[in-house]
Amino acid sequence: MNKTLYSPLIFELSHKGRHGYSLPDYDYGSEPDIPANLKREKAPTLPEIDEPSVVRHYTNSSNNNFGVDTGFYPLGSCTMKYNPKVNEAMVARASVADLHPMQPAATVQGALRIYRTLERYLSEIGGMAEFTLNPFAGAHGEYTGLMVIRAYHMSRADEARRKVIVPDSAHGTNPASAAMAGFDIVEVKSLPDGTVDIDDLRTKLGPDIAAMMMTNPNTVGMFEKGIPQIADMVHEAGALMYYDGANLNPMLGIARPGDMGFDVMHINLHKTFSTPHGGGGPGAGPVGVRSGLEQFLPVPRVIEKADGMLDIEFGHDAFGRVSAWLGNFTVYIKALSYILTLGADGLMKVGKLATLNANYIMESLKDLYELPIAGPCKHEFVFDGLRDKSNGVTTMHVAKSLLDYGFHAPTIYFPLLFHESLMIEPTETESVDTLDSFIDVMRNIARDAAENPDKVKGAPYSTPISHPDEDEAALNPILTYTRLCAQPTS
Amino acid sequence: MGHHRYFPHTDADIARMLGRCGVDSLDALYADVDSALRLKKPYDIPGPMSEPALDRYFDSFAAQNKKLTCFAGAGFYHHYTPALIPALMSRSEFLTAYTPYQPEISQGTLQYIFEYQSMMADLTGLDVSNASMYDGATASAEAMVMAVNSVRKKRRVLVSATVAPAVQQVMRTYAEAAGITLEVIPEDNGVTDSTAFTEMLGAGDVAAVMVAQPNYYGIVENIDDWADKCHQHKALLIMNCHASTLGILKSPGEWGADIACGEAQSLGMPLNYGGPYLGYLCCREAFMRKLPGRVVGATTDREGRRSFVLTLQAREQHIRRQKATSNICSNQGIMTLHAAIYMALMGAEGLEKVNRLSAAAAHSLAEKLESTGKMKLKYPGTTWLNEFAMEIIAEGITADRIIEECASHSILAGVKLTDDSILIAATEMCTPEDIDRYVSIINEMKP
Repeated sequence: MNKTLYSPLIFELSHKGRHGYSLPDYDYGSEPDIPANLKREKAPTLPEIDEPSVVRHYTNSSNNNFGVDTGFYPLGSCTMKYNPKVNEAMVARASVADLHPMQPAATVQGALRIYRTLERYLSEIGGMAEFTLNPFAGAHGEYTGLMVIRAYHMSRADEARRKVIVPDSAHGTNPASAAMAGFDIVEVKSLPDGTVDIDDLRTKLGPDIAAMMMTNPNTVGMFEKGIPQIADMVHEAGALMYYDGANLNPMLGIARPGDMGFDVMHINLHKTFSTPHGGGGPGAGPVGVRSGLEQFLPVPRVIEKADGMLDIEFGHDAFGRVSAWLGNFTVYIKALSYILTLGADGLMKVGKLATLNANYIMESLKDLYELPIAGPCKHEFVFDGLRDKSNGVTTMHVAKSLLDYGFHAPTIYFPLLFHESLMIEPTETESVDTLDSFIDVMRNIARDAAENPDKVKGAPYSTPISHPDEDEAALNPILTYTRLCAQPTS
Repeated sequence: MGHHRYFPHTDADIARMLGRCGVDSLDALYADVDSALRLKKPYDIPGPMSEPALDRYFDSFAAQNKKLTCFAGAGFYHHYTPALIPALMSRSEFLTAYTPYQPEISQGTLQYIFEYQSMMADLTGLDVSNASMYDGATASAEAMVMAVNSVRKKRRVLVSATVAPAVQQVMRTYAEAAGITLEVIPEDNGVTDSTAFTEMLGAGDVAAVMVAQPNYYGIVENIDDWADKCHQHKALLIMNCHASTLGILKSPGEWGADIACGEAQSLGMPLNYGGPYLGYLCCREAFMRKLPGRVVGATTDREGRRSFVLTLQAREQHIRRQKATSNICSNQGIMTLHAAIYMALMGAEGLEKVNRLSAAAAHSLAEKLESTGKMKLKYPGTTWLNEFAMEIIAEGITADRIIEECASHSILAGVKLTDDSILIAATEMCTPEDIDRYVSIINEMKP
């Protein structure tokens, strides 16, 4: 990665009279007249720039960035595994670039077959009856899954079920998605070992509960051993079990959410199934349901007709639509490419190797970092900062220090169960050599924290920028270049 | 075990690592998973496939897809994608990064999102933009929720019947769950019925009104005093626009709108059978803290260097949990890079040209289709750019027949509106010869 900041914005490279577009000069013999009152009064002040300058600008800018291809990215709960290049090549191979979402089904059988095939494989892996691939992201999948649950209760005229139970260790999206789906939130406590307190859960269940949302393993990387019992209790109370698939990776080859008693689940294709995170998107959050809930999935739905042809169904009893069409389609191609590249054989090993990597790091650092919950963990684990906190070196300092050594930081200050959470998820695609270097660096940082704490507190030193003033950014929001230019220069 | 190329572990590595963990097998790490829950057999999934086998496998899908010359729109348009965009988007440093949580090593992502926000705000004529939404339909639904959250104690939202049906349906899903009453303003001859708009607004309790520009039928609506009317009733005006057309049409800011949202696919993004596309959401500064999703802001670092960070995070789910402005915890990421590069390459001049070319192609096609005597413009006398509704007047010819007949000649005729009407679009990707080919198919169609 670049050590010095490449700082210009594209607007600052603009020169009047340059351009970077390539348009045909067809003469269609007709030029429509647009009345002046419907036209823009002021042209947008977009850059005027030539093509080579655009290429150089974004290439240089990319050098300010860090991705999985740059180095180790142990961001907990984000499953930053290797994004295979062949997946990208398969997108071009499948010839979907020019397919319009509304063209006749007979002309897009290949695309629909991709959707259907991935849907079947995810059902097999999730232990579910059917998936919709339509949701655009994990949070969107949660929302969709909760709408499925809502539709299920409504169909039974069981409208008193207005609450969703969420563990206090849950991802922030769980309560936020439940709220958007119109539910109130009931929080259930965690035991000291990070798993759900079943006694507390018992007191929360009742005729007003629509669902319980869980991720398993949970956000501290522990397998919820109480799961069959929890599912029984929740079902007994008339509610459904929702599986947040953010932590599915360690379960590959081990156990299926459907077999654990979950009724509805989502999968983050950009986590477990290796599609690139793209700096925030596009992802995909397919939602699966157990047998008996298929009719509550959103439309459009891809269905197989009696003659084997695939078609798209727009109208049935479901709650409606969460996306205009079939979602982030090219992401499905990448996930399917990944699944077939690994095959059943490879998929069966993903979970175990991810878990091995996490435990290896945990065991190698727990003498220096506070491990609040003893292992073995699954795909990830949480340290509660350094064991020796006497010099005031915090999780934030450790995270920033890691950047100097060429590693991305772990997830920090989540889960909220601990004050100094440092959540580490290595994934199965990292070699023991990489893990060893990471461990060495973490040990160096701990030693520096004891011997030279100010050094750690001042990090990072070698990144393109250091210690941006985030308070100032929030206090005086500058969200556009126009606003930036209007700032007085100091 | 035989190891896959994606797993660096050798047997010796695994043995050494297990030793460090104090267990003797990988299975021992799963001792806490009840054996009754454990998978009893491998997944019923084929593979592993080698790269050559995978090539052939995906080729077999490609063979079942038929590429058609595209005269369909309905919100998604076949514009050209400058070749350098996919090249730059595929740069690993951008593509394999996650949400820019660590600004020190994410200035690349943060900078292009800031550029994107600046350009979108400029294009919509509004003050601020968020870092993007999943697509135009979810952006519209979130705009509706945001508007309701910005206005005190009012939960009625009016949406014009001329907003795309799929967008309305997604809005309905979100509205129903959020306890928002979504009512449709009827259409009158292809445009929003302005009398109905005034009456429904006047009935009170309206938090926001959404209109589309151009609307689903491609018509540019004259909504001259709508913003004023909305504001008189303390309601917000939301405009839903195809991003590209903002290069030529009066911007939401110029119309007096408070929020702009919609689909940015028209900024040269491949059709890709429905996605990934890009939803945009912009607003006046007054509503900035009600925006859903990520927002990037400028600041300085400790050495005074200009820096970009995720900001206004107090709105978001990881802090506010169920009280957040939305559950969205990402954005459409790399697609904002696509949009930023596209807008940079096109500039104001290119965007205007692409609109003029597309409109010229569409108007030429409409005239020639009318001259077949089998169709006529469904809404004559309206202003439209590159999309129009045609009514089929020839006996025995239906929209389905036209679409089927054209598809057999590798042309996507448009999108069916009713049995006897069809929505047709053209862009700079349609050559004059393509247009003539389409017209000659219609000419030759028998009742």
